[in-house]
Amino acid sequence: MDYIVEMLHITKEFPGIIANDDITLQLKKGEIHALLGENGAGKSTLMSVLFGMYQPEKGIIKKNGQEVRIKSPNDANDLGIGMVHQHFKLVHNFTVLQNIILGVETTSNGFLRMEAARDKVIALSEQYGLMVDPDALIEDITVGMQQRVEILKMLYRDNEILIFDEPTAVLTPQEIDELMKIMKDLTSEGKSILFITHKLNEIKAVADRCTVLRKGKYIGTIDVKTTSKEEMSEMMVGRKVSFVTEKKEAEPGETVLKVENLVIPSKNHTKKAVKGVSFEVRRGEVVCIAGIDGNGQSELVHGITGLTPIESGTVLLNGKDISKASIRERNCCGLGHIPEDRHRDGLILEFTLAQNLVLKKYFTPDFQKNGFIQFKEIDDFSQKLIKEFDIRSGQGPKTIMRSMSGGNQQKAIVAREFDVDPQLLIAVQPTRGLDVGAIEYIHHELIGVRDENKAVLLISLELDEVMNVSDRILVIYEGELVADVKPDEVTIQELGLYMAGSKRNGVSS
Amino acid sequence: MRKAKDIMLSDGANNAFSSLFAIFIGLVFGFIVLLISNPSEAVQGFTIILKGGFNTNAKGLGQVLYFATPLIMTGLSVGFAFKTGLFNIGAAGQFIMGAFTAVYIGVKWTFLPAPLHWMVAILGAALIGGLWALIPGLMKAYLNVHEVISTIMMNYIGMYTANFLIKATVYDSKKALSMNTAPSSVLPKGGLDYVFYNPLGNGKDLSTVNSGIWIAILLAIVMYIILNKTTFGYELKACGFNKHASRYAGINEKRNIVLSMVIAGALAGIGGALLYLSGANGRHIKVVDVLATEGFNGIPVALLGLSNPIGIIFSAIFISYITQGGNYMQTLDFVPEVIDIIIACIIYFSAFSLVFRSIIPRIMRFRKDKAAATAEAEAAVAGGEQTERREQE
Repeated sequence: MDYIVEMLHITKEFPGIIANDDITLQLKKGEIHALLGENGAGKSTLMSVLFGMYQPEKGIIKKNGQEVRIKSPNDANDLGIGMVHQHFKLVHNFTVLQNIILGVETTSNGFLRMEAARDKVIALSEQYGLMVDPDALIEDITVGMQQRVEILKMLYRDNEILIFDEPTAVLTPQEIDELMKIMKDLTSEGKSILFITHKLNEIKAVADRCTVLRKGKYIGTIDVKTTSKEEMSEMMVGRKVSFVTEKKEAEPGETVLKVENLVIPSKNHTKKAVKGVSFEVRRGEVVCIAGIDGNGQSELVHGITGLTPIESGTVLLNGKDISKASIRERNCCGLGHIPEDRHRDGLILEFTLAQNLVLKKYFTPDFQKNGFIQFKEIDDFSQKLIKEFDIRSGQGPKTIMRSMSGGNQQKAIVAREFDVDPQLLIAVQPTRGLDVGAIEYIHHELIGVRDENKAVLLISLELDEVMNVSDRILVIYEGELVADVKPDEVTIQELGLYMAGSKRNGVSS
Repeated sequence: MRKAKDIMLSDGANNAFSSLFAIFIGLVFGFIVLLISNPSEAVQGFTIILKGGFNTNAKGLGQVLYFATPLIMTGLSVGFAFKTGLFNIGAAGQFIMGAFTAVYIGVKWTFLPAPLHWMVAILGAALIGGLWALIPGLMKAYLNVHEVISTIMMNYIGMYTANFLIKATVYDSKKALSMNTAPSSVLPKGGLDYVFYNPLGNGKDLSTVNSGIWIAILLAIVMYIILNKTTFGYELKACGFNKHASRYAGINEKRNIVLSMVIAGALAGIGGALLYLSGANGRHIKVVDVLATEGFNGIPVALLGLSNPIGIIFSAIFISYITQGGNYMQTLDFVPEVIDIIIACIIYFSAFSLVFRSIIPRIMRFRKDKAAATAEAEAAVAGGEQTERREQE
């Protein structure tokens, strides 16, 4: 019975919702313990309780058998508990190094001693292959890089209990493999890991035991080796889930999106983020742009949707040149966009769920008369979408967006974008941070959009998703398209090679 | 009982309650300052402050409303900008420029007939006040210059420009004040002269209050409707909260920043017009090198009203009431500076309502759960062993 951390009968309530209802979690020393559950099942809340961000209404926490009170993240840190949050806690206008040492600065006589810290960060970065530039500003680096900074932050503090809140969501397969290796190395050195994830493959690959939560309730703790993926997903969702998206052969029709020689400047460097990319997306097909994070996908999407001005080239939507059109014009031309960063671009967190659901429609005659908002219509509309897309929230349409779980926030965006009935749907990592049930649903819906003879452009970092959903795969590497392949003609390993830039396939550019 | 608690936990009640609580703390603090400065007359002086406008009966109450009028307008100016994510410190400059414009039109444009004259003067004030905020708005939207800096600069430019222009055009050098505006430009009484007067022999000692207060209240309601009921308000708030997401949704966020500043400036400018278009008995612009206090007092008014236009009406009346009370304290042995300090303490402590807004529900919930929590904590410990057993199976 050498539990290093025990959370006994934790109950945490928020207005209108019980996020954790009598949950018990016991972490053995030196194990990787997975915490599995759907969106809003209460995983993040439970971890925030352990990390001192929330105080539970009921229940106790024990460390090495001793009862402890964790009132703030500082207390948690003193107890050797570190956490990589699902939504990163980084200071955006600080450098990587400054973020890592924040709160544990090495000083002498009141002056910062950055050199020692710097050496340690570089050493850790190299040791674990994280390849982070310690002097880059957080706001200049990609989401994937930001997460590595979070991991480094924890390693830097020599924490012995490490919480990973969905750490693999933004990593490439190779990076995930590396992370898995790091996690195993860490446990062999005596550290204990709590690993929050939706991905059953990862649990199978690294975890020793797994605790399953569903809708805020404790379902059980299982031994990973003796339990199948199907059993685990059934415990999590409460029903059987299929992992392969059923779809019929694509029948591409006329071109919806035509991109020609698109060049987009990079925000941070003098070199171009997108270097003369040309491709087409036709009706009735799902085209996926695969690539490692930071190879120009984000900029490409921003160029097509109008969020960033393009340098040269043309974007044609249904034959109409929209390369100079305003964002509203593009939206109204039938462009749907599930953005990469839902907190920055996709949602207004201070608004209610209903207000967010009409973000692209509030000005249409359905929802306003002579400039006055039609609250009843908006409410009815939101109720409809909430039901249709199973968006779970404490107070229905009136819930403040910020208080909703990450997965449900994503569902709100998906609901909004599917509802505008787009000719072209651009989905950037639409399943990021979602559980298997929701992923299954969104994949099914994406195929549904395709089968309605619409075009779908999917940007994904997850090869399972790429292989599963797309009809055609374009691989982007350093701002150029390096492959145009069909999923049944390529293996995941080959895709990995394209993504790493070590292979090319005749793409005219 | 349970229902009563739920009402207390609701947002609206919480907002009102926190403002009232902040006022209470402000008053307590003001009383402490009184005790320190003049212990023997502290209680008497505090009573005079609390009596506010009532010290001189109906006329005094009229004066409270008269001085509340510009505060409502500057409060709306600051509050409206707050709601759209902007911090308008420039109400003082917008206010004084609006005031000058109104007085100038009131004195010079005598060719206009009566109702038209004051209406044009108010519109002119709105226009120039808006213009004064347009510049910071444009700089914020297109050059990313923070509006706090640019509006502060515009305050000083406004103050000196107004002083210079008054001296050059509408200056009464005998009184060292701006001239009386033409009778046709004075705001009508709007029925208020039947209420707010003190009897004086056979006549009436009228308060200066006029239909300016009606206009201010009307504009507050209009602002409330714009912010909460229209798509325009929805866009403005969206840009204020998250300009990236607003852009993504196709909202022209730069245009909205500019518009929002211009509206805020116009409101403050109208405040200047409503205060100074009040005839020979009303206020006149003093040509001194001091920023208009009405502008800065707009900030605590907006804070105390939690930037809600309707709340701002009440908080402006409250602050005007307390300030009037302070004026009557001069009958006692208080130095005017001490009175100013006391009034400032009350006003600024009252503006802490935002702090109480987050504290009160916590206290309420804590009380509600305390009993239940203690009872179940023991049960939870007892149940701990059961789960361990279940896990070992």
